[in-house]
Amino acid sequence: MEKKKDSSSPLTDKAIFELLSRFKEIQLEDVDLEIKELELWIQPMARALAPPRRALPPTKPAKPTEILKTEFAPPIRQYSGGVCEVRLGAKKAEGGSRGTSLVIGGEKAPPLHRFEGTMPHEPLVALDVFDMPIPLAAPVKAHFKDVLQDPVAWAKLCVDKFGADMITIHLISTDPSIKNTPAKEAAKLVENILQAVDVPIVIGGSGAPEKDAEILEKTAEVAAGERVMLNSANLDMDFKRVAQAAKKYGQVVLSWTQLDINNQKKLNRELLDILPREQIVIDPTTAALGYGLEYTFSIMERIRLAALLGDQDLQMPLASGTTNSWAAREAWMKTPEWGPRELRGPLWETITSLILFMAGCDFFMMMHPAAVKTLKDTLRALSGGGKAPPDEIAKWVTMKV
Amino acid sequence: MPEKFGPLDIYALLPKTNCGKCAEKSCMAFATRLIERSVTAEQCPPMLEEKHKKSMEKLRDLLRPPIKEMTVGTGERVAKIGGKLVMYRHELTYQNPTAIAVDVTDEMPDDELLKRVKAIESYSFTRIGEDLRLDMIAVRSTSSDPAKFGKTVRIIVENSKMPLILCSFEPNVLEAGLVEAKGRRPLIYAAKKDNWKEVADLALMYSCPVAVFAPNDLQLLQSIASTMMRYGVEDLVLDPGTSVETGLMDTLDNFTMARQAAFVKGDRALGFPIVGVPLAVWSKKEDPPEITAWSEACLASMLLTRYADVLIIHALEPWTLLPIITLRQNIYTDPRKPTAVEAGLKTYGQVDENSPVLMTSNFSLTFYTVANDIESNKINCYLIVVDTEGLSIQSAVAGRKLTAEKVAEAIKKTGIEGKVKHKKIVIPQFAARLRGDLEDMSGWEVLVGPQDSSGIPQFLQQYWQKKA
Repeated sequence: MEKKKDSSSPLTDKAIFELLSRFKEIQLEDVDLEIKELELWIQPMARALAPPRRALPPTKPAKPTEILKTEFAPPIRQYSGGVCEVRLGAKKAEGGSRGTSLVIGGEKAPPLHRFEGTMPHEPLVALDVFDMPIPLAAPVKAHFKDVLQDPVAWAKLCVDKFGADMITIHLISTDPSIKNTPAKEAAKLVENILQAVDVPIVIGGSGAPEKDAEILEKTAEVAAGERVMLNSANLDMDFKRVAQAAKKYGQVVLSWTQLDINNQKKLNRELLDILPREQIVIDPTTAALGYGLEYTFSIMERIRLAALLGDQDLQMPLASGTTNSWAAREAWMKTPEWGPRELRGPLWETITSLILFMAGCDFFMMMHPAAVKTLKDTLRALSGGGKAPPDEIAKWVTMKV
Repeated sequence: MPEKFGPLDIYALLPKTNCGKCAEKSCMAFATRLIERSVTAEQCPPMLEEKHKKSMEKLRDLLRPPIKEMTVGTGERVAKIGGKLVMYRHELTYQNPTAIAVDVTDEMPDDELLKRVKAIESYSFTRIGEDLRLDMIAVRSTSSDPAKFGKTVRIIVENSKMPLILCSFEPNVLEAGLVEAKGRRPLIYAAKKDNWKEVADLALMYSCPVAVFAPNDLQLLQSIASTMMRYGVEDLVLDPGTSVETGLMDTLDNFTMARQAAFVKGDRALGFPIVGVPLAVWSKKEDPPEITAWSEACLASMLLTRYADVLIIHALEPWTLLPIITLRQNIYTDPRKPTAVEAGLKTYGQVDENSPVLMTSNFSLTFYTVANDIESNKINCYLIVVDTEGLSIQSAVAGRKLTAEKVAEAIKKTGIEGKVKHKKIVIPQFAARLRGDLEDMSGWEVLVGPQDSSGIPQFLQQYWQKKA
């Protein structure tokens, strides 16, 4: 891939390079930042004379002179339910051809409540691949401009270079109002992608309800036994056809509704008539930071709590189309007073993902490599179990920045 | 407070006369509204009478926020923190948005200090009609020299109305600052295991709230807080310690445990606002500042979501502040706010028969964004708000909630055809695929507008004038 960088900007080399570490190109516009040497040293504690004290107010009786002994026990609650485990991708021994087979879900306590139970599986990240060139935000396009015409190369780039656990192939050209690519052709592309990368994959439709049922059925067939995720089954289409295909060919279905917990329950119940819970993942719709993220956050939090309290309609892992964060103008718009969009954009996607992770999300469909890296680094750090010594924690008060 | 109490628990304490003086039909209705926090106990006149004194005390105790509410600072920029009534956002609107403090040090040159203070004080970003600002200045004593600290606090107090957090573990340094900030009610940071008594004395002498610091040790945090309460200090703030990277799990666990102890177990010593310190990321000296600022924004966002009532940060970069304050605005909105606004025809400015006709969805966030772009650019136009069942344009098109039929129907129903003499409608780019069918069904010419409503002014200038 061609390196395109503005050598006059120190930001290119020092900042984003560090962040992206392994992938070293980025497009920069209108960036004029200086890297200042970050200095930090801890000044030895200097004791100086205190100003004269005032008289204390009259003392009340029985003031303690020592720290009182109190009893503390972690405030643990009991959860009668739990989230099922969903396996994505099948290896040879399991009837597929994937190099990895990954599991999400399995929680028995709320997210990041380690005192009540640990998260059994680290959430996964799938990077988006499209079957035809589409308009992308400039900070995203910078990373994919050479592969926009070639979804197979695009998929390989995501896996080999950007560390994607999985990829999503979005078959948007199948939309009758776009290119109306026939199911057979779409299925061929899916086969090619399955040959090019050995990670588990997600197969996405175009959003045209009638055509999607056909596309997902056909592609589920050519990917038989691979345990792909079909994105999606929803209430506006013949979701039973998608669920039947998943059942017949051993795939997983993404149950997608739009910010409505009652609809989510309704759709899940319908799908549960056809499929076991272990073949369903919930997507309640991701709205971007600043554009309804709080709705997604609260719906995910409610779904997860309901699952833990025993609601069997909602005891599946949660997924997010985090790429939607790029719909926020704060992410992509070239507005110098908001700071460089090369940093602002991926940070917007990163924070959207982190917040939904805290609500219980298990599966992220994302776009920008730096956002993926930050999320994965954070997940790794959180499961690392390292301890910070108390003295270290206190140092911020006196440190030099 | 018990974990859950219902209207019946409240009703039992009310006069049960259904006198109607509170404007509710019955005491039971009043009890329900008390639970929803849409009225206060004082709005029941009989309860203020002597004979109900005991019940009133019980009622106030029952309704007391599990997380104590307090103020930091005075005057127009006073910050209210804590006062949380629920643990989860979906239960009821979170009270008192997380106060964001930015640091300065007592070793900064005066001009640099003043410049930073002014930058913090004047920072403002307007989003969906709300002015989003920073709330406090955290003065760190990096010198540990009382004279330097006192002078720094004096300069800030003389030049700014911002609430302060005075940061040092040395009581004599803290006192030098407190003398200069007299009457300004700064937050004292912090009392810990080996200085708690001296710091508690300062808090009492200067009538200030005080933070308790017990890194990675909730037992100790609870013990010191209990001791300080017994000592007579009423307004405490808790710092369970903010660790970065591999220690982050401890931090999140501690924040969550402290909050859950207050809500589930009714633990009063842990029923205080929590302070998080994303600034701690700056201890990693090997990274370039952009990377550290990025990490700080991520950590601030996580702690803001996980119960922090106060955050102390360092970076004043627009690209890191923007997501943090936007997230705060999001998290602190009313969870019951519907996602849909009323569909129909809206008019903006002075419209006439030549005015442009635009179209959008009735998803509240889409609608307000579009309306804001129209209003702030002073565009005279009609806007047809189509009922997409509260979905954004993109989702509604995908989910068949926004179809050519629906738009054609909206054109008919709104009566726009009688208001303008042209037959041209601008639709969002995400709805571009409706164009052909819509033209056939409505007989209107369909212009595909910009993807984002910020492009409306330019679009109209370029295409509407020419075509109209």
